[in-house]
Amino acid sequence: MSIWEYANPAKFMRTTGAMLPWLVPAAVVATVVGVVWGFLTPDDYRQGSTVKIMYMHVPAAMMAINIWVMMLVASLIWIIRRHHVSALAARAAAPVGAVMTLIALATGAIWGQPMWGTWWEWDPRLTSFLILFLFYVGYVALWSAIEDPDSAADLTGVLCLVGSVFALLSRYAVLFWNQGLHQGASLSVASGERMSAVYRYPLYLAMLGFAALSLALILIRTRTEIRRRRLAALQARELRS
Amino acid sequence: MIELGKYAGAVIGAYGVSLALLGGLIWHSLAANARARRDLERQERNG
Repeated sequence: MSIWEYANPAKFMRTTGAMLPWLVPAAVVATVVGVVWGFLTPDDYRQGSTVKIMYMHVPAAMMAINIWVMMLVASLIWIIRRHHVSALAARAAAPVGAVMTLIALATGAIWGQPMWGTWWEWDPRLTSFLILFLFYVGYVALWSAIEDPDSAADLTGVLCLVGSVFALLSRYAVLFWNQGLHQGASLSVASGERMSAVYRYPLYLAMLGFAALSLALILIRTRTEIRRRRLAALQARELRS
Repeated sequence: MIELGKYAGAVIGAYGVSLALLGGLIWHSLAANARARRDLERQERNG
């Protein structure tokens, strides 16, 4: 068995059709339990109750970057191997990534106002995240603007490659720009366990929930794109005959 | 009842915005999928 079998739309529909009835409830349970557990954590001695915002902000920011990386991989598969399902998966993922980026930006601003004394600062991580959001919006708009689906997949693939610079900057900006308000990573293997277990475990669960929820939404949206493509093909065939 | 103190507005606002955006995304994804499935089934039946 090869991974490229899933480039076949019928095989992809069969496999995801069997996966989703398990994935969706698991994603919903993990997200709801993680977020509610996070909401019930005690106040932090410095941040007070605003620490609870972390359970929305960190998982959303993580997925904003990871979804762009997934789109990059899917775009490269399209550019190199011309598998349509990969192009449609990249298209399907973009609105999910855009919403995750928007949640990260909005919750960051709402947290920043009481903690930093400002809604917004042109800090390297915040700025690169804003640019990443604009890339998401541009990517969605470019797909909609081009009628020929293969040309749209080619051009959005190139846009995805360029935008990957900002996805990486969003992830690593705090490491190589020391100025700026945004703190370093809350969780990292290198720095060990800097966060108390009281806060860490619900955060892990919320991150797992957001990842599963994003995957479920991307699969559902990819199935939608495949159905739309099939419908368009049937309508074109009907017009010709 | 959970006591959120002086930051209650910020915490509730952050959760509210996030849940509204997530809810909108889920609703849009499911509605678009249902519409695409219905349109395709109709086309396959009639075609």
